[in-house]
Amino acid sequence: MAEYKWPEPEKRSLIGKRHNRLDGPDKVTGRAKYTYDVNRPGMLYGKILRCPYAHARIVSIDTSAAEKMPGVKAVKIIQEPGKEILWAGDEVVAVAAVDEPTAEDAIRAIKVVYEKLPHFVVDHDLKAAGDQVRPAGEETRGNPDAAFAEADVVTEGTYGMAVITHCCLEPHGSIAEWEGENNLLVHISTQNVSGIAAQMAAPLEIPAGNIRVRQDHIGGGFGSKFGPDRWGIEGARLSKLAGGKPVKIMLERDAELMVAGARPSVYGRVKVGAKRDGTILAWESESWGTAGPTAGASPLQQIPYIFAIPNFRKKHTLILNHIGPARAWRAPNHPQACLLTMAALDDLAAALQMDPLDLFLKNIALTGQRAEIYREELRIAADLIGWKKNWHPRGDKTSGPIKRGLGLSIHTWGGLGHASECDLTIQPDGSVRVQLGSQDLGTGTRTAIGVVIADTLGLPLSAVTVEIGDNRFPASGPSGGSTTVGGVCSAARRAALDALDQIFEKVAPVLGAAPADLEAVGGTIRVKNNPSRSLPWQQACARLGGMPLSVRGRNPGPGTLTSGGVGGVMMADVSVDIETGIIKVNKMVCVQDCGLIINMKAAESQCYGAMIQGICYSLYEEKIMDRITGRMLNPNMEFYKLAGIGDIGELVVHMMTGKGYDERGVIGLGEPPVISPGAALSNAVANAIGVRVPYLPMTPDRVLQALEKKGG
Amino acid sequence: MRDDDRIRKESVGISRRDFLKVSGISFSVPLVMGTRIIRVAGAPVALQGPGKVPMTFTINGKKFTAELEPRVTLLDALRQEFDLTGAKRVCDRGTCGACTVLLDGKAVYACSILAIEAQSHAITTVEGLAAAGSLHPIQQAFVDNDALQCGFCTPGFVVACKAFLDRHPNPTPEEIRKGLGGNLCRCGTYVGIQAAVMQAARMQKGG
Repeated sequence: MAEYKWPEPEKRSLIGKRHNRLDGPDKVTGRAKYTYDVNRPGMLYGKILRCPYAHARIVSIDTSAAEKMPGVKAVKIIQEPGKEILWAGDEVVAVAAVDEPTAEDAIRAIKVVYEKLPHFVVDHDLKAAGDQVRPAGEETRGNPDAAFAEADVVTEGTYGMAVITHCCLEPHGSIAEWEGENNLLVHISTQNVSGIAAQMAAPLEIPAGNIRVRQDHIGGGFGSKFGPDRWGIEGARLSKLAGGKPVKIMLERDAELMVAGARPSVYGRVKVGAKRDGTILAWESESWGTAGPTAGASPLQQIPYIFAIPNFRKKHTLILNHIGPARAWRAPNHPQACLLTMAALDDLAAALQMDPLDLFLKNIALTGQRAEIYREELRIAADLIGWKKNWHPRGDKTSGPIKRGLGLSIHTWGGLGHASECDLTIQPDGSVRVQLGSQDLGTGTRTAIGVVIADTLGLPLSAVTVEIGDNRFPASGPSGGSTTVGGVCSAARRAALDALDQIFEKVAPVLGAAPADLEAVGGTIRVKNNPSRSLPWQQACARLGGMPLSVRGRNPGPGTLTSGGVGGVMMADVSVDIETGIIKVNKMVCVQDCGLIINMKAAESQCYGAMIQGICYSLYEEKIMDRITGRMLNPNMEFYKLAGIGDIGELVVHMMTGKGYDERGVIGLGEPPVISPGAALSNAVANAIGVRVPYLPMTPDRVLQALEKKGG
Repeated sequence: MRDDDRIRKESVGISRRDFLKVSGISFSVPLVMGTRIIRVAGAPVALQGPGKVPMTFTINGKKFTAELEPRVTLLDALRQEFDLTGAKRVCDRGTCGACTVLLDGKAVYACSILAIEAQSHAITTVEGLAAAGSLHPIQQAFVDNDALQCGFCTPGFVVACKAFLDRHPNPTPEEIRKGLGGNLCRCGTYVGIQAAVMQAARMQKGG
């Protein structure tokens, strides 16, 4: 019987090393087919007419001109007259036509009359929201009033981050086609290959088992692609109206930014109290933000973030407005709670005239079970950024307009592997194939699965074929919450260990040893400690009796191969031009724990990517709403700004590995490093210019406003 | 790729104002479907469209023909007519670089060029950078340096790097930051891309 654990460090041939991605060559040559790239025979192009008003009622819809157009194959009203629309860009009518220009013409030919209703798109002003609010809860612990009275220093500040969008480069969309009356094939851009069919079955009134879902590659999701969405369902309905022909609906960029997902904003007033020596005693916060038209996620549970301050009072309110719906955005609620907390503590350090690194270390016990991990990570990060050498008290006192500063933040996440099953098939000729209904968001999932199987079987990575992206394969969870790599790697490991057991059984008599005395190393099955008694892999597989060996691997399962709960640290070094308000990132350091690392190269890439996304939302990104029209002002990529290759400075990643880390098993990494950048950069800017820029993104106008307020 | 039911648009009379709206470019083409002769300031001018007109392209050294409306972009022609889907449609307005192709060796945004304008140029897409089954040194460098995550911006970046290195065979990091500023990535692969460009530059010098 196999022992279900990860190999000891000296036994790892591939796990933890640096590997090129299995799908790298396909992606760099353009061979990789994304949903957007799928062209099916006889395919029709679907387009959607969207409501231009943030709040309106549909009075009438006239589709007759569109229906008469040559080349238009289906027209379908999505929301009937009488329906109330709650955000600009909501879907009203869908059409399918033989080509895209014709579909666009058809959309233009549809006449919709709306009754405009009053709209509200503000989210940073709680008073202005009036009764458009929902309490998200409040909580008091200990005795905050007494603790504040006891504190030597009490600081107050206002902090916040605006709504941002997911801005996946591949927009949401699908190609749906019917095979007969009751069977649907759907290519869809999704983080949830195995879970899409169950969500489409009820609205389409067919059994979920009749829906085939395919996706080889996905061009970004970041938490916004878990469901088929209304346009996915309507695409299938258009296809039915058009005799089952494939209908492709991919969102245009403006729709992608207006309706396909946003991260809720948060704003808050925070008060912190501490003793003169830096011991944190009390916290009080009132925060608010919007998740759009409905009461969505709230960061209340994560406030104060990580530091379990003994006495606190906190309250969060959700503003309901007409900006469009929110979705999970990489590490939901954490970046918001992190900024509110780490910025408030940084302001406290400044008031105490303490180095924030010393303040964090002084209170490290409040971080709980990972206190020693944070301590170690802070030490490493400080070395990498030269904290002690470069840090100065708040406000760069050197002459000239360029002010430099350092900031830090810590973060946490779960990342326990999700439920996953895989089928591992080993052929008598030695070829190895693993199949599962998972997806690779760019995290390197495919490659991680391959590494685990190959390492376990003692083969090179190139010997394993990994197939994902099909719901006919064994089910695997959705890629959210950094749960995928832990889940699929654990299932893969169990499958490979079970397969080896069976191969050892067959080969043991040939090698004159007990099955338990065998191991798979370097492309052979051999007797442990006696490499001279061995069989090459292919010869061992030839003993399978002419039939393939098939094994189902499962997570969760026997043994502990994944766990949850990680900690990370980020430090930032910035320069701010106080004449223009422009912030330049000089350097950022990320020190991250994520248990046993499977592919070091991909793990580092995750951290680099998270830091860059962090720079994006800290300095550039914002879903800007126009109060007058209620519409998003920047639903495009020239004014919805992302960092370019020249905007990132020097980025350094250090992954925590070895004793104390590896034995925790494989843990997800997608989320954690994207949490801290906002706070680290905000703190670095405050350290540079001597005043807090309260809101992200810290655009030049906001920097100059903060300086003006300070009277600098 | 395409359904057989071709739409035949009625050719409509055209006013001088409409003509001026069409474009400032005049083409000299044979009289074929979709082309009409009109007189402008007394001289005969061949007017194409607004219906479909036959077009011929040279892409990756091969001839491609299609009947397209003049309003169709080069990007959509590549992706929808010829199934060359390496170039991606992301912003569709000349901002992000995901649709980068080479026009006579120069990097351009295929979303912001009409197909009809691209006919007389040599078009190179990401699919044409290396022979089938092999990788161009730039592509290999992207794989080696993990300069891709979701990979949706990658073909555009690879093609932009090709044009960039043709002009800057010995790039400095600063030149890379400026020269590739016309391409955007959402996952955050810039660190890998910077390293990949440096490696590719070394490789192309026979390093």
